[in-house]
Amino acid sequence: MAVLERAYKQYQGPQSPLWSRFLIIPRHAYRDVFRSKIFTGFFALSFIWPLVCAILIYLHHNIEAIAALRIDVRALLPIDAGFFQVYVIVQGTIGFFLAMLVGPTQVSRDLTNNALPLYLCRPFSRSEYVAGKMSIVVILLSAITWVPGLLLFLLQSYLEGWSWFRDNAWMASAIFLGSLVWIVLLALMSQAISAWVKWRMAARAALLGVFFIPTVFAEVINGIFQTRWGHIFDLRALIGNVWAGLFGTFVRQTGQVEEFRNGRVIREVIMTEPPLWASWFMLFLICAFCLWLLSRKVKAYEVVK
Amino acid sequence: MTDSAVAAINPHANGGSSGVITLDNLSVSFGGRPILKDLRGELRGRAIGLLGPNGAGKTTLIHTLLGFHPPSSGTARIFDRDIRGDASQIKSLIGYMPERDSFISKMSCIHFVRFMAELSGLPGSAALERAHEALFFVGLGEARYRNLDTFSLGMKQLAKLAQAIVHGPRLIFLDEPTNGLDPPARLRMIKMIREIRDSGQANIVLSSHLLRDVEECCEEIVILKDGRLVVYCNLEEERKANKKFLMLETRGDLKEFVEAVNQLGCECAVTSDHRLKIILQESTEIRDLYQLASKSQIQIRRLSYKRDSLEDIFLKAMENGHGGS
Repeated sequence: MAVLERAYKQYQGPQSPLWSRFLIIPRHAYRDVFRSKIFTGFFALSFIWPLVCAILIYLHHNIEAIAALRIDVRALLPIDAGFFQVYVIVQGTIGFFLAMLVGPTQVSRDLTNNALPLYLCRPFSRSEYVAGKMSIVVILLSAITWVPGLLLFLLQSYLEGWSWFRDNAWMASAIFLGSLVWIVLLALMSQAISAWVKWRMAARAALLGVFFIPTVFAEVINGIFQTRWGHIFDLRALIGNVWAGLFGTFVRQTGQVEEFRNGRVIREVIMTEPPLWASWFMLFLICAFCLWLLSRKVKAYEVVK
Repeated sequence: MTDSAVAAINPHANGGSSGVITLDNLSVSFGGRPILKDLRGELRGRAIGLLGPNGAGKTTLIHTLLGFHPPSSGTARIFDRDIRGDASQIKSLIGYMPERDSFISKMSCIHFVRFMAELSGLPGSAALERAHEALFFVGLGEARYRNLDTFSLGMKQLAKLAQAIVHGPRLIFLDEPTNGLDPPARLRMIKMIREIRDSGQANIVLSSHLLRDVEECCEEIVILKDGRLVVYCNLEEERKANKKFLMLETRGDLKEFVEAVNQLGCECAVTSDHRLKIILQESTEIRDLYQLASKSQIQIRRLSYKRDSLEDIFLKAMENGHGGS
């Protein structure tokens, strides 16, 4: 290495491919992210549930183990769409906390240190910057959600046989798509909050608030108007409906209210969840809003009018 | 700006017929307020100084050339590539040292510069090698594994320079590179800028409000006033074009000497018994005056010589420039 070279010279060597440049950001970011022992520990713990699921799948197909346990594992916990849906919900929840640890610091740190001009004066666009920052969360969460999910699906297919794989291949796409929607939503929301809230703890609190405060608001609407349409404002309900739709367990009618007078039913209200398309549409709107928020902040310099 | 100022002065620097930066009626407005107004010109120098009072539009011009602000009308070309359509290509040819502190926190200096090199398109191993070289070049070789947060202001300026040159750009924009530096650090920075200039590998645009920095580094200057380009000139040519003033203190009979000086075509005024003020012609050398003095048998006891400094040029531009509306 010519470290003693002290004259200025142009670079004439090969260039990295343009399409892969955004991946430079997560590669360097992980060095910082995994320096935290708390995060590394939490990340390792997030593989426990996939491991438990793998053991359950294995027990399902191990006659000796079933005999030794003296319980009918197959009847107790069938490996079906519900099983994988629960897997996605658990891993998605863990993914939320991972995103909360990693996401809110990414853009805010660059804004605080005026680093954006350094990125954007290079052959590196604003969209590549956003894609790079998002991919920090996307890659991490993929590693704990759909990647092990698909491995579990393949394990089950291997043990159950080709016909099971053929009949249930749609579940693989549900695992992948369901996880991906959640991951993209988390990545976008954490980056958008990071761009607008510079203080790290406040940004984390804001991300938590965005997921839990609308739930209260939604329940108030549901209570007042005796409906389930309040869920349209509840992110947890929206993604829950989307997952249920993907795994084929979505039910629109989730309850009914009956009003009595003198022992007679005078009014009956059937509580129906918003249709699936509405949940998808709302998630799309939220993502678009986050992108708009990012586009307002991710600039080399802000022009003060 | 006058036509003579628009004309390119230094065709040797870029090797070709086209300039480094061509401004083609470039205007930039923010919120309806014009910041840069109809800039025209072809900048060709190896080191171009961008001068102007605060708020003249120097930084806005650099930001526009870097693609940070869209032009409201007109355009500019860098190495014959249009800033509107070929922004990505242009950015791969340029380096930028911003005026303000700009870093990525929690990174060691070598990691930071390597990261910047990779973002510029260098593969990982080449980026690391160039990062080491750049940091040794700017004099941060010994401190390259230290965290940027622990750097002094001077070291941060050097780190900013390192990230601007790590990918070996053909054009380097330096925005107030000596800001906040103590005199020795400033001299080091100036020396490095001159080294880059003299290497012939890169053109430099140096924006500064410190005339001395520009005078020491640049061969051409652009002066902006109220968003307009009021002066573009080659410093050396400009100095030569300016008349040279001489103040002489003599002993002996001045009459014959004054006549001889007038015959050379120089204007001459006797200010007191032994003092003369002479405005030299371009063709006249000081040596000629000594020869005339010898022939006229007078002694030249003192000779003071003055040419227009950059400060004179700048102040003249501020007085005469057609800035404002």
